Amino acid sequence: MRYLPLTDTDRQAMLATIGASSIDDLFIDVPAEARLPGPIAGLPAHASELAVERHMTRLARRNLSAGEAPFFLGCGAYRHHVPASVDHLIQRGEFLTSYTPYQPEIAQGTLQALFEFQTQVARLFGCDVANASMYDGSTACWEAITMARRVTKRGKAILSAGLHPHYVSLAKTMARFTGDLLDTALPTLTPGAPGDDMARLLAGIDADTSCVVVQNPNILGHVADLSELAARCHDKGALLIAVVTEPVALGAIRSPGEMGADIVVGEGQSIGVGLNFGGPYVGLFACNEKHVRQMPGRLCGVTTDADGQRGFVLTLSTREQHIRREKATSNICTNAGLCALAFSIHLTLLGETGLRNLAALNHAGAVAAAERLATLPGVELVNGAFFNEFTLKLPREARPVVRALADMGILGGVSLGRLYPDAADLANGLVVAVTETSTAEDVEALAQALEAEIAA
Amino acid sequence: MTTYYTEDHEWIAVEGGTATVGITDYAQAQLGDIVFVELPAPGTNVAKGGEAAVVESVKAASDVFAPVTGTVSEANGALEEDPALVNSAPEGDGWFFKLALADPAELDGLMDAAAYKAFCDSL
Amino acid sequence: MSMNSEGRVTRPETLAAADAPATFTGNRALMLEEALIFERDDYARTGVDIAEAPATSSRLGGLERHRAIGLPGLTEPEAVRHYTRLSRQNYAIDLGLFPLGSCTMKHNPRLNEKMARLPGFADIHPLAPVDTVQGALAVIDELAQWLVTLTGMHAVAMSPKAGAHGELCGLLAIRAAHDAAGSDRSMILVPESAHGTNPATAAFCGYKVENIPATADGRVDLDALTARLGPDVAGVMITNPNTCGLFERDMKRISDAVHAAGGYVYCDGANFNAIVGRVRPGDLGIDAMHINLHKTFSTPHGGGGPGSGPVVLSAALAPYAPLPFVAKQPDGSFRLIEEETADQDHPGSFGRMSAFHGQMGMFTRALTYILSHGADGLRQVAGDAVLNANYVLRSLDGLLDAPFGPSGPCMHEALFSDDGLAPGFTTLDIAKGLIDEGFHPMTMYFPLVVHGAMLIEPTETEGKAALDQFVGALRSVAERAKAGDEALKAAPAFAPRRRLDETAAARKPVLVWKDETLPQAAE
Ligand SMILES: Cc1ncc(COP(=O)(O)O)c(C=O)c1O
Repeated sequence: MRYLPLTDTDRQAMLATIGASSIDDLFIDVPAEARLPGPIAGLPAHASELAVERHMTRLARRNLSAGEAPFFLGCGAYRHHVPASVDHLIQRGEFLTSYTPYQPEIAQGTLQALFEFQTQVARLFGCDVANASMYDGSTACWEAITMARRVTKRGKAILSAGLHPHYVSLAKTMARFTGDLLDTALPTLTPGAPGDDMARLLAGIDADTSCVVVQNPNILGHVADLSELAARCHDKGALLIAVVTEPVALGAIRSPGEMGADIVVGEGQSIGVGLNFGGPYVGLFACNEKHVRQMPGRLCGVTTDADGQRGFVLTLSTREQHIRREKATSNICTNAGLCALAFSIHLTLLGETGLRNLAALNHAGAVAAAERLATLPGVELVNGAFFNEFTLKLPREARPVVRALADMGILGGVSLGRLYPDAADLANGLVVAVTETSTAEDVEALAQALEAEIAA
Repeated sequence: MTTYYTEDHEWIAVEGGTATVGITDYAQAQLGDIVFVELPAPGTNVAKGGEAAVVESVKAASDVFAPVTGTVSEANGALEEDPALVNSAPEGDGWFFKLALADPAELDGLMDAAAYKAFCDSL
Repeated sequence: MSMNSEGRVTRPETLAAADAPATFTGNRALMLEEALIFERDDYARTGVDIAEAPATSSRLGGLERHRAIGLPGLTEPEAVRHYTRLSRQNYAIDLGLFPLGSCTMKHNPRLNEKMARLPGFADIHPLAPVDTVQGALAVIDELAQWLVTLTGMHAVAMSPKAGAHGELCGLLAIRAAHDAAGSDRSMILVPESAHGTNPATAAFCGYKVENIPATADGRVDLDALTARLGPDVAGVMITNPNTCGLFERDMKRISDAVHAAGGYVYCDGANFNAIVGRVRPGDLGIDAMHINLHKTFSTPHGGGGPGSGPVVLSAALAPYAPLPFVAKQPDGSFRLIEEETADQDHPGSFGRMSAFHGQMGMFTRALTYILSHGADGLRQVAGDAVLNANYVLRSLDGLLDAPFGPSGPCMHEALFSDDGLAPGFTTLDIAKGLIDEGFHPMTMYFPLVVHGAMLIEPTETEGKAALDQFVGALRSVAERAKAGDEALKAAPAFAPRRRLDETAAARKPVLVWKDETLPQAAE
């Protein structure tokens, strides 16, 4: 076995040191009836690299990858070009095969990178501090709701209709057992501002409200000013939680922190990480300094060593499970370290200039695509304002259209029927994301296929 | 002023109807460098044995239980800036909070300095 | 004289290393100091060439960003150098033995990395039409079959994102099952030796937590547990093999007792590496167990994640498993069960616990690893892991106190206490001494049931020579700690940093870089 260095001679010598006659003897604490006599029947035996590679490659070929087709899917996961050096750097063994930096003297590389990541996320979101990552945007969102409960000592969260339905779904799963009250609503295809329910949110905030959770850009691509909402929350002693599922947008639009959000969480996948069929991704979590002790997750901070040299350590750990146990702010342990590193490297390669240019390019591409697609007979562009994703209202149900487009080799968007299977009003909605990876030819291919399919 | 001690290593200095509460020198030595103290807000009612404050070192967090029932009248704001006071002066400037006593009879079950010393020696 | 006819000094001149002068840069040859990206004056630079955006009218609704973000940029050569320099300040499995108990720091095969990066896996969208991702669903299904078979359980939930998230999945299933039965049991029992995530998870989903003591031989006290069971107890969380590196001999009896009292048994499977292919947890009566793919199945730890924590479930809990999941159809194709059809296909589900299908990138790696080993190789993995740990345990006989050593062999990790060190010397000193010897320290101060715990898990991917060198180093450091060698207090002396002041870091937390002035963004 190519991954097991011990030889039979080694094993015999080691057993002699131990004073056991066989490896099986080391399992004497396992009740005899639970000990398996040999390899589990019905499972294949070990295989060579070549054989495994052949098998996996065959499975991979059964998927239509985004790079093979005109591609317009978004709704919480975005395809952006990731520079080759990002993947090279995260595969350096010292990053890839290290552990959580519990021994700071020999983990300064990971720690400094985390400190840079925290600073980048805080600045991007317009907040004072950020943590060292969560699993993904959806779990970060729930963590923010529980944090608001701890900070305000209130238990009612109002979720915007424009919040990703899977994030809502997760919050409902948890709230059923934690006793949090959730006030939710389905989005509508309101012309100009789909998924926007600002009036409902503003009216709903009361003395029991712990937080309002609003996604920007929202699930239908609409972008909104959160300032009034933030002010109303603060008037009533509630927190505003902003969710960002497409951080590239923040190269073009104002950050939620700038607009007054108290906690900003997000999905960092679109910078550096890649699609990966949904995971691993990286949850981003930022907030105001005054709430830092209520934050979930790891935090890296600055200090000095015995020689007075600057160094980094994990800090404020008394919030965490390994010290506080059932009183911890969260149960998270393993987070998304390497994805956070990928995010940070990609953002460092972009820099302020690159991110702004990238955002501008995304927006311009999306505007052009939206204008082109809106010329199709019977197709209506629902959004007034958007960044790189917008919603079309088709003259027929969108879901079969998406399937038919896929048969033509075009991954044409996410149908709202997939996300909201029970909402008949939304069935004709198609959410189209346009990033720098979509070319003008791709857009034209989509337009023509869509036109043909609608007419069919 | 009379000072009492608990088996949870808190001290209570009582003067009139007001008790000042902190942790003992023994407790601070056990905890190591104190990095943060979470104190109850004035006006909070605490019940004997209930959680009243949290004291944290880098690798440990301990609840501080109210040794007696009462209403918090003041929290030691100096600890916010300088939690190290708990290490340097646990039974002086490093006090945690003051309470208006609800039931002075609750003090009867507590230890005096000599009894507490004997208690620590037995640990 | 002509060129090349004058000799040069080609032997080292003697100068004690300690006399080596401080350098101008602060660097020491290959040990290179690296400033923060924020400390450079690089706000205008970029390492990505991006086509200029065509002039279009903005549709940002008046939300255009005006203020600078404050993101420094580096060109590719600068970025590669920055992160390469940082990487060299890390210890890693690729560099040497990484005996962190409970963490299973085994070799991460590079074939796994290669397979995970096939565009057919890495470049597919979670909401792509299911007809276009049949290969991905096949990977999930194939891995699921392996996990179910290896554990002897009924079903598996693939979406949890790490071990702790798996614990949450298991406890939510337990809550949902009680809920369905109309019971509102509120208490989860956890042994005091449990990992912090166990009580934290129970509290996270609204349960109360009570500790169960351990016996003198490091195992759950069955009598104390049985005595505590009752109509308020929803379940227990038992780690097996446990965090002391011991197999819970009474596991089946514990399960039977819990079931008899109407509760469920959650097993923390973080230590599955010790028994994979040799023992099926399903034979021990458990109802749910997470498997850390980043431990037993070799997906890389990546400096803290990402992980993956599939949860195998008993027949009793399977109906409550989370959404979404993959179902194989009679024609061999795969379907995703999501909210849409859950009402008819999976009505008991407790719902969704992450945005998408779980850690696909970890599934491809773990399946690659499993196929590489096969059933025979996995059995050997457990055998060698346990052999290596026992070899370390016995090689330190008489030197370090092994509180449970006398009771027999350990499983995949060996546990020691700080008993017998010179006054003033601690586990921390041994850990830092090991750093100077070129090893990552063991897990320290966990589990909490042993004073100054040192938990050593060598894993099966270490050979005998590597173990012998590690044992030699540990013996040397432990002897110094027992003899009271003050120099050990100054360790590490050779790492990129000496001991760091964690007190200062926590008293005045500095968690982000603050510039004096933020440079203006280039427009
Ligand atoms: C015994 C035990 N349980 C649970 C966990 C939590 O797993 P994860 O870090 O994957 O969330 C760990 C990981 O360190 C562990 O060692």
